[in-house]
Amino acid sequence: MNGTHNEHILRSYDEELARLKGEIVRMGEIAVAQIAAAMDVIERRDSRAAERVIANDDAIDQLEASVSSDVLMLLAKRQPMARDLREVMAALRIASNIERIGDYAANLAKRSIALNLTAAIPPVHNLPTLAETASDMLTDVLQAYRESDEKNARTIWDRDVVLDGLYTSLFRESLTYMMEDARNITPATHVLFMAKNIERIGDHVTNIAENIWFLVTGQSLDTPRRKADLTSRMGVRPGATQK
Amino acid sequence: MTALPQSQHNTHVPVPDAITKPLNIKVDVQALNFFYGQFHAIKNVSIQIPEHQVTAFIGPSGCGKSTLLRTFNRMFEIYPDQRANGKIIVDGEDILSSRKDVALIRAKIGMVFQKPTPFPMSIYNNIAFGIRLYNKLSKAEMDSRVEACLRSAVLWNEVKDKLHQTGTSLSGGQQQRLCIARAVAIKPEVVLLDEPCSALDPISTAKIEEMIEELKTDYTVVIVTHNMQQAARVSDRTAFMYLGELIEFGDTETIFTKPTKTQTEDYITGRFG
Repeated sequence: MNGTHNEHILRSYDEELARLKGEIVRMGEIAVAQIAAAMDVIERRDSRAAERVIANDDAIDQLEASVSSDVLMLLAKRQPMARDLREVMAALRIASNIERIGDYAANLAKRSIALNLTAAIPPVHNLPTLAETASDMLTDVLQAYRESDEKNARTIWDRDVVLDGLYTSLFRESLTYMMEDARNITPATHVLFMAKNIERIGDHVTNIAENIWFLVTGQSLDTPRRKADLTSRMGVRPGATQK
Repeated sequence: MTALPQSQHNTHVPVPDAITKPLNIKVDVQALNFFYGQFHAIKNVSIQIPEHQVTAFIGPSGCGKSTLLRTFNRMFEIYPDQRANGKIIVDGEDILSSRKDVALIRAKIGMVFQKPTPFPMSIYNNIAFGIRLYNKLSKAEMDSRVEACLRSAVLWNEVKDKLHQTGTSLSGGQQQRLCIARAVAIKPEVVLLDEPCSALDPISTAKIEEMIEELKTDYTVVIVTHNMQQAARVSDRTAFMYLGELIEFGDTETIFTKPTKTQTEDYITGRFG
């Protein structure tokens, strides 16, 4: 771990870097809360609360905007080098990944409103497991970022395979419900998109982990990552049961 | 509108020749020690300066970078009570033990100082003075040589109508470019720049940096600078010195993005000084 660094001669420089880190961690914490809130409105089938979750995404967007302007000022004023430069670059990228995560959380809430128009289908009940997995990964990656712990980031990076596996099985399950009864197609399609959103959150978490690795080591994490999202190769043969 | 590159993915970025082709070593410093009286200013430094490249020396004040630069053309000999041991090989010959006239060494290894030092004579003669010592040129040949030197120092357009005014009438930035033009006038092989921009405004600095880029096609350039961004912009290789020792020497890109030594990192990120 490489998190212990001497302080800058200019204390205000340290303060600016700390502020940047603080904003990003705050963004991440809101994103974690947004995922939890989205799951809550899905479970309670509460469309009005879902609207509030959607509106809440603004908070993340605003923080991202302030990260961007802080980065601009920092580059202009300090012309960071080496580790500082990587810190700033990683901050910008991590912020944009969290912003996307926020969008996915808002989209979960948005689709829950559509789901509430029909009766619930069982695959919905598997969404929280996916969401918890993704949200735990996000919480842990924020911790790794706060502590500049590249080894932990690397472990989180590997965990995406679990989320991929859960997504693949939910995909299969949804297909069977659609085949069983055409009236399930609408809700099952929404559930599929929601599951996909959560799966994408996992991908953004791995991007964040890669950025932590880069900011600490100066190298990119370029070993191929294990993938278990097999859905892009899945199809339904007429008359056959999905395997 | 400019066309976008065809593919952003997996494009192999061709590495410029200057980086891939094996470099000739122009100045080979071997186990150099330097003393001012009792003070051990350079401690066992070995460094190889590649030909046709810009090498930057960085480090806090008093780290020995200017002293090291001054050993390359025996400029240190002007100070009392100093001694150097080790070797500085330039084209197979050890500068330190050479019996050659020091003026010949300095003709081959030119130097520009922190403060502009134009001769108290016309702009034209500032350049022509050195050339006359080594060559006999006709008026026309001399005119074109003076013009070429002033052009290579990105100064020609500013002075072409006042070549016979005194060099000291120019602005600081122009004077410094005049000094660089004067240094390259006698066609040296190595140009040593000792904080050439520290007394200049950003525009003059930019012009000098532009010139350094052009100089390296014909010369080997070594620059001492306190401006880290300048070292990052103009040099191919960077050496970091601290307390008389060479701490790290490598590709500029590596030194400023991912240095290997903590001391280098602390210095370039402003953590000590």
